[in-house]
Amino acid sequence: MTTFDAAIVGGGIVGAACADSLSAAGLSVCVIEASGVGSGTTAAGMGHIVVMDDSEAQFALTRYSQQLWHELVTELPTNAEFEICGTIWIATDSVEMSEVKRKQESYSEHGVESEILDESSLRTAEPNLREGLAGGLLVRSDSVVYQPVAARFLIDRAKRRGADVIVGKRVIEINGTGVKLADGEFIEAKNVVNAAGSAASDLSPGLKIVKRKGHLVITERYPNFARHQLVELGYLKSAHGKSADSVAFNVQPRSTGQVLLGSSRQFGAEDGEIDYAILRRMTSRAFEYMPLLRKLSAVRVWTGFRPATPDNLPYIGKMPAQDGIYVAAGHEGLGITTSLGTARLIADEILGRDSAISREPYSPGRDLIEH
Amino acid sequence: MIDLRINKLAVSVEDGTTVAAAILAGGIGHFRSSTIGSPRGPLCGIGVCFECRVTIDGVKLQRSCNVQARDGMEVETDD
Amino acid sequence: MTRVATDILVVGGGAAGLSAALAASARAKVTVVDDNPLLGGQIWRAEMGKFNSPAAKGLVDAVNSGEIRVINNAQVFAAAARNTLLAETAEGRSEIEFEKLIIATGARERFLPFPGWTLPNVFGVGGLQALVKGGVPVAGKRVVVAGTGPLLLAVADYLRSKRASVVAIAEQTSASRLGGFAASLFRSPSKLVQAAALRAGLRGVPYSTDCWVSSAHGEKALEQVELKRKGRTSTIDCDILACGFNLVPNVELAVPLGCEITDGCVVVDKFQKTSIANVFCAGEPTGVAGVDSSLVEGRIAGLAAAGDQDGARSLFAKRDRARRFGEALNRAFALRDELKALADDDTIVCRCEDVAYGRLTEFENFRDAKLQTRCGMGPCQGRICGAATEFLFGWKPGSVRPPIFPVKMENL
Repeated sequence: MTTFDAAIVGGGIVGAACADSLSAAGLSVCVIEASGVGSGTTAAGMGHIVVMDDSEAQFALTRYSQQLWHELVTELPTNAEFEICGTIWIATDSVEMSEVKRKQESYSEHGVESEILDESSLRTAEPNLREGLAGGLLVRSDSVVYQPVAARFLIDRAKRRGADVIVGKRVIEINGTGVKLADGEFIEAKNVVNAAGSAASDLSPGLKIVKRKGHLVITERYPNFARHQLVELGYLKSAHGKSADSVAFNVQPRSTGQVLLGSSRQFGAEDGEIDYAILRRMTSRAFEYMPLLRKLSAVRVWTGFRPATPDNLPYIGKMPAQDGIYVAAGHEGLGITTSLGTARLIADEILGRDSAISREPYSPGRDLIEH
Repeated sequence: MIDLRINKLAVSVEDGTTVAAAILAGGIGHFRSSTIGSPRGPLCGIGVCFECRVTIDGVKLQRSCNVQARDGMEVETDD
Repeated sequence: MTRVATDILVVGGGAAGLSAALAASARAKVTVVDDNPLLGGQIWRAEMGKFNSPAAKGLVDAVNSGEIRVINNAQVFAAAARNTLLAETAEGRSEIEFEKLIIATGARERFLPFPGWTLPNVFGVGGLQALVKGGVPVAGKRVVVAGTGPLLLAVADYLRSKRASVVAIAEQTSASRLGGFAASLFRSPSKLVQAAALRAGLRGVPYSTDCWVSSAHGEKALEQVELKRKGRTSTIDCDILACGFNLVPNVELAVPLGCEITDGCVVVDKFQKTSIANVFCAGEPTGVAGVDSSLVEGRIAGLAAAGDQDGARSLFAKRDRARRFGEALNRAFALRDELKALADDDTIVCRCEDVAYGRLTEFENFRDAKLQTRCGMGPCQGRICGAATEFLFGWKPGSVRPPIFPVKMENL
């Protein structure tokens, strides 16, 4: 029986990236995906590749990962629809404009170029935004990608290097010698990477991952209706609220001309049903920023579950006191962006290499030690 | 009779005519261009295939087979 | 936003829905929602505002003149809860609350991809009829009618009455299957008379069994079709091709409500009740069986939903007979395997997203194909390509995501 160098639990974008990084380093890899490659939280998300500055650690990981995406661009297939459209953080009033200035300084200190837009240059950049918004911050280097295709590309590349990919089987237990499948089969591996997203804490008890439900709407094709990823500055307030349900204006132009609209956040919602009350709060919020959205034809609505951690940082690295077990999970809404950086950090740790950024802030031990 | 305009040309049709029928009656088969630019026209005739989408009174992507022609209507196809 | 509350809500104003509404209205407050400007559904679609069939006119008039509330031009797009549907109307969003629901959403045509099928002036068979009823002139046009099913003859006859020149009728099923079916019609004399009348009306039109369209050609629109029969290919010049391959039940509303579905049809008991307690289903969504079956299923559903179980029971035998006819029909016009080989690698299968056949052959199931190629993710929500890929690859249709029809963002 084969003993793999690494078994990766989960074929979402994070597991796919780990398979790619580990196989590139010459390791023999087996990926076990319960449903379909890139079909879970990965497919449910927006595919935004964005630098976020709400903590030093988040900045470091998102920035590092974005650079890795830019290196990957030439190899991505065209149907991965990678496009550097930039993000505009939108300010409604003078108070938010002062936050725009702070944000620009912070980005600048970290070597990320951004540009302050006043009311009229914001309207020029995005004619469908309503009049009277104060302005915004344009971060040109942010991009979008059609993430199911990107996940499959990473998996396929790993496969070409010899990786095994098992689809349709569920892992029920992991330990330092491998993983056990629901059908009783045991796959031996020297290292196990738990990249099971929301389900990661079922396999690695002690991780504090909770599901945070979100809704998205996509329209028919309206080329140039929006040109940048648009996010209200209040987004972080919504993203970091810990209890109440929240919504924020977030529009993304897809390369198809479709408009993808988010976002909502709900804790404690376990079923994937559409919640029309919060969906309407979400769309109403968006209409305040882009009134013409009202008339666009919505072709599909869906929900997804973000795997959220208490400090909004993912768990990346070795489980304390569990030899051979690594976690790459809990990326909340940033899994697409940070998948590539995550995979590098995991590969570095398994291979005993130095990393480009400090691994310490993401260590799964940070929450486990307290308890 | 109902008077409407299709691609800026005046057209008269009988009461009860759908917009799709008015367009076809005018000799236009190319209602919309697909994502790769190929010409498309109605297929199902009953509002499920979305191939007959045109702009009606400035509103894009309307299924023309499901809409009755009305006086003064402005219809635009991709042709 | 409007709110409507009703005892019994019927979705669909075709034969089954109208019959259900009328049957239920004696005992309950009934509302019918329909997505067309006029009642009648597809088989009884009005022609320029008028009904050709006296049966249709009678039922539509009865429904319109009674206590039944009729909401036209309303597209039901989602189930917000077990007892609430959401619809989009000209006035905007409508929430419709009901005690009991009767799904009578009918069927649509199945289309199969072949080279050239996306050319303008290639229509469905029922599709062309619906368009002509909406005012498309066909006088003097050369029309090829192809595909399968009794609809071919009915539509060819109709087109002739509109002075079209029907240059060929190509029926894919075999002469022997068709013969067997014709023999079985002796058990339904009215059908036989109907069929004979159609044949008489179509005298002089080349009618071939074992024959199908293998490709369509034209520069900007259709100019020619290629027919295949017993290994031989012939070419016919024409202006219009009407091509459809039986009907597919519309189950997109039943699925999100949680109704059990088997082989693409809504599962119902003798009273037309689905697996969900307060939801009934009648007509084509329970299995395509034609207008007689739809009418009686509708009546049973209406009576049962309104609490008249005895009345419903008295119609069981009639319904079972009608269903047997439907089953014989489906056997007679089952699709032959050769039709799976019509598409080339670059023949478009998903017309909304322009996904070609060759691309789809990389995938094992509809879900992966959808995710990777967007096949079925366009505005038709997979209604056209889902029915095709089911036949071509044996793929099960994917999950139904709301809205079941695109709606304005403000009406969600």
